[in-house]
Amino acid sequence: MSALVNVARGARVVAFIAAALLVAACARTPGGADRTGGASLSLSGAKPGSSQDFVVNVGDRVFFETDSTNLTATAVETLNKQVTWLNQYGRYAFTIEGHADERGTREYNIALGARRAETVRNYFIAHGIAANRMRTISYGKERPVAVCDDISCWSQNRRAVVVLDNAGV
Amino acid sequence: MNVMRLSRRGFRLARAGAVALAFLAGLAAVPMPASALVSLDVTSGNINPIPIAIPNFLGGNSELGANIAAVITNDLKRSGLFVPVDPSAFPPAQNSTGVAPSFASWQPTNAQALVIGGVGVQPDGKLRAEVRLWDVFAGQQMMGQQFSATPDNWRRVAHIIADAIYKRMTGESGYFDSRIVFVEESGPKDRRVKKLAIMDQDGANLHYLTKGNDLVLTPRFSPSSQTVAYMSYGTDQPQVYLLNLATNKRSLVGKFPGMTFAPRFSPDGRSVTMSFQQEGSANIFSMDLASKQITRLTNDAAINTSPCYSPDGTQIVFESDRGGTQQLYVMGADGSNPRRITFGDGTYSTPVWSPRGDLIAFTRQAGGKFAIGVIKPDGSGMRILTEGFHNEGPTWAPNGRVIMFFRDVQGANGGPQLWTIDLTGYNEQRLPTPAFASDPAWSPLLN
Repeated sequence: MSALVNVARGARVVAFIAAALLVAACARTPGGADRTGGASLSLSGAKPGSSQDFVVNVGDRVFFETDSTNLTATAVETLNKQVTWLNQYGRYAFTIEGHADERGTREYNIALGARRAETVRNYFIAHGIAANRMRTISYGKERPVAVCDDISCWSQNRRAVVVLDNAGV
Repeated sequence: MNVMRLSRRGFRLARAGAVALAFLAGLAAVPMPASALVSLDVTSGNINPIPIAIPNFLGGNSELGANIAAVITNDLKRSGLFVPVDPSAFPPAQNSTGVAPSFASWQPTNAQALVIGGVGVQPDGKLRAEVRLWDVFAGQQMMGQQFSATPDNWRRVAHIIADAIYKRMTGESGYFDSRIVFVEESGPKDRRVKKLAIMDQDGANLHYLTKGNDLVLTPRFSPSSQTVAYMSYGTDQPQVYLLNLATNKRSLVGKFPGMTFAPRFSPDGRSVTMSFQQEGSANIFSMDLASKQITRLTNDAAINTSPCYSPDGTQIVFESDRGGTQQLYVMGADGSNPRRITFGDGTYSTPVWSPRGDLIAFTRQAGGKFAIGVIKPDGSGMRILTEGFHNEGPTWAPNGRVIMFFRDVQGANGGPQLWTIDLTGYNEQRLPTPAFASDPAWSPLLN
């Protein structure tokens, strides 16, 4: 099993000329926050430190360009807000879910989702969040939040979502 | 009648327990003058299918006789190499299978080949079938065989007869006595329920192997067709599991800290190759199933996945984005000497080695479309068989002649369906399933 552990970290940058898809401009689908159950709360209704507060006021997800794991400027902005919040509310453990859009083949997308989750995990660790608070999982293209067949949906599905494990504590 | 017992083997089918199916061959030919027999050249791309007449099998049980003829007819028709003659044109049925047909009365139907069979359940409870294949215009027997089985296996008997006809007419082994394991998908696109399901290659005898509680993906048969390797999401990291079809028992292929996925058996069935996710990279390993010993086959910071052995077990084809985009590579089964074999437009993934060894099928993404194609293991001879909005995940018929894949239907209410296409790029057909279906894997021949 030692062979499994000693692996160079995949900090490789895939060079893609992505056509500047400003996915941040896309409206986040409230229904996408499917595990929080708090999407119907208004901004003012989210209690500080609650999972609703995280989803509504911080944003639980970042988006990626096609076949890319690079963090966009908008993604970095969101991650920085997440870091601040997660450092402030250190009682939360959480799962980073990596997802891909459906314009890829199944097994590759499973690995791509894992790489996206790992990118976010590495960012958090570099910004002082304890590694033992987080786990990662990839759903590949199996859990889309937007189901149309054009780029407006695919760009919402290429995402990494922070799901608070002990939400409601 | 000179009946010779050639072989007798037990088949353990899922949930069916032990099933005996004996193959008895060698019905003596009814003496006829020799002349050129009808045959089919299957090497060219544009084939004129052979007209074939398949009357209901004779015997006391007319329903069984009609059912067996219907299964054979459907198999041969779907292959695209045969065109069944309309039964309304048939002359009156003969009384016995043991005599030569009246060729003069069959010739007006334009059938070149004629299948005369009989079936019945014997006093010992066994179903016994016999079949003769006739060349209508040469007036000669081309084949004669007998089979016995338990009556619940009548469909398998029909598929084995269809395989025997296919082999006699084309010179290639058939693929009808085989099964498909796949993922059945139901529910809306953003909350799909996925179950492992198994069925005969013609879609009959479908049953479920999982209940749909866990997300399951990418089932693949062992060479004996007794075990299915697949990926399943449980409570922790998704992992590769093995499912024993005889016992319906599930086991983890090995306990690993991270995700394991993309399993394929080695041709000897003793090991499984798969990907291990380690931080941002996926690398390919093989695992000996008896000793649980693992061997690393790739080692770089890239996505290396979808490994598949060559049928002789000496090489592995896989996909990797180590060069920047997903492409196909071939390496030794020990990981030695990896070399890229795809250089065309787009990205290439899901490689699967043909059972004949001469071709590798793949999915190609280019220009916003997903295509199924084939390429020689040395990277030459790339051909696209079908292209559209979304085609993915080829799997080979046991004789390397037909490729099954799944095609996603566009739209929020759309979903994947199973399709087959001939290696020539012709004869594209949907294989109907009760719900959406993806990730098909074709078993070897069962007999």
